[in-house]
Amino acid sequence: MIINHPLLGPRDSQEFVYLGDANLIDRPDWAAEGAVDTFHDYLYQRTNPAGLHQELWFHEQGDRSWLVVTRNTLTHEITKVELARDVARARGRSK
Amino acid sequence: MMRYSGFKVIKEALTGHKGWTPAWRDPEPKKHYDIIIIGGGGHGLATAYYLAKIFGKANVAVLEKGWIGGGNVGRNTTIIRSNYLLDGNEPFYEFSMKLWENLEQDFNYNAMVSQRGVLNLCHTDAQRDAFRRRGNGMRLNGVDAELLDQEGVRKLAPFLNFDNARFPIKGGLLQPRGGTVRHDAVAWGYARGADQRGVDIIQNCEVTGFKIENGKVLGVETTRGFIGANKIGCAVAGSSGKVMAQAGIHRLPIESHVLQAFVSEGLKPVLPGVITYGAGHFYVSQSDKGGLVFGGDIDGYNTYAQRGNLPVVEDVCEGGMSIMPMIGRARLLRIWGGIMDMSMDGSPIIDKTDIDGLYFNGGWCYGGFKATPASGWCFAHLLANDQPHSVATAYRFDRFRKGLMIDEKGMGAQPNLH
Repeated sequence: MIINHPLLGPRDSQEFVYLGDANLIDRPDWAAEGAVDTFHDYLYQRTNPAGLHQELWFHEQGDRSWLVVTRNTLTHEITKVELARDVARARGRSK
Repeated sequence: MMRYSGFKVIKEALTGHKGWTPAWRDPEPKKHYDIIIIGGGGHGLATAYYLAKIFGKANVAVLEKGWIGGGNVGRNTTIIRSNYLLDGNEPFYEFSMKLWENLEQDFNYNAMVSQRGVLNLCHTDAQRDAFRRRGNGMRLNGVDAELLDQEGVRKLAPFLNFDNARFPIKGGLLQPRGGTVRHDAVAWGYARGADQRGVDIIQNCEVTGFKIENGKVLGVETTRGFIGANKIGCAVAGSSGKVMAQAGIHRLPIESHVLQAFVSEGLKPVLPGVITYGAGHFYVSQSDKGGLVFGGDIDGYNTYAQRGNLPVVEDVCEGGMSIMPMIGRARLLRIWGGIMDMSMDGSPIIDKTDIDGLYFNGGWCYGGFKATPASGWCFAHLLANDQPHSVATAYRFDRFRKGLMIDEKGMGAQPNLH
């Protein structure tokens, strides 16, 4: 698979380390009401879709940036690659 | 009902092989069953077999979207072993091993169970300590385990690359009762045994939806019409996410990943048993036809495509070359992929779901084949009695919430590392 890095251009997926579902960006508030349940869901439950999947890849052997890659789990086709930083900021994290 | 035996083979050979009958029927689905098993793979068929044989439930159907044994039971590397460390796992896998040892007599089918030994190699002092601990854990559970020094390994497998500068072989943990089984025959033997006891095996019948009312499951919609049931067991590891989503369960502690397997051209007998590499991830055995059957890591990203990518091919072959350079000239015959339910702690789930009458069997990671008999027995026990079998009590959905993970590899909630 070739991941089209937003800064570096097309790179082989071998340079990357995979983490998983991009929803891991949305770490729950540990002090909120019902944090035990939300952390359980956050840590251990996955939607695991057959089709488009947003996922986190780390460019370990490159510029060490985290990417959010939108990839089809049925065909391995990659349709979108964003910097995880931009995605997280758009979701209101780390203002 | 035809019984297979040596006498029968000779008799048929002398009479032109005209007396063989189909090993199982091809029935039309009935309107209603007591129990429906979704998934005609090893685990589903074993469940149906033990339901009929041990738990006296014959009004059972197995629904398979393709043909039986066409999924992971026909795609694995055929290894059986019970060399686990943790108490949640080891009694279960040993139960499975004991069922393997008597399986062929039990279902009257030649599954070519061959206890040729499973040898895990160690390459550092720390790894040897970990192996000693695991071997002791196995022995505490009454399982055979032998810690070998380098000389012991040399006697078994003199061709290994002992003096590799980076990863010298310091010894190994041997389970002599481990080995290999002809994987397709496991599916066929269970199918035939279940069919003989009245189970309907319905192929080309894909489940497309569930009928659930007031939190109770009433049946399944399939490509061959609606089929009612009192209880439904889902044993579709690899596709668990897809099938459970149809029942409204959209989140599971499971990711789907692809694991590739490899077979070389046929060679003369070179490998005495199963050998695994301790510094990389590589495991190999030799089939009775002579092909080296081997594999390594999963590709490491979510996928439902039954094919992998080249980096893992390279990685696996490097692992092979590192411990046995002699296979360097052997050509690969085939490579294929199978979809694994990778769970959050690397251990399986056999449990009820929140929906009354719907039961789940999955999360086998890439160790499902060796578990086939015990998985079937324990799932049948759960379906018949509504209670987990005593060796499968740890395989619950709520173990993550309760902090009772069974994490053999100590990797945490990152499925692609298990």
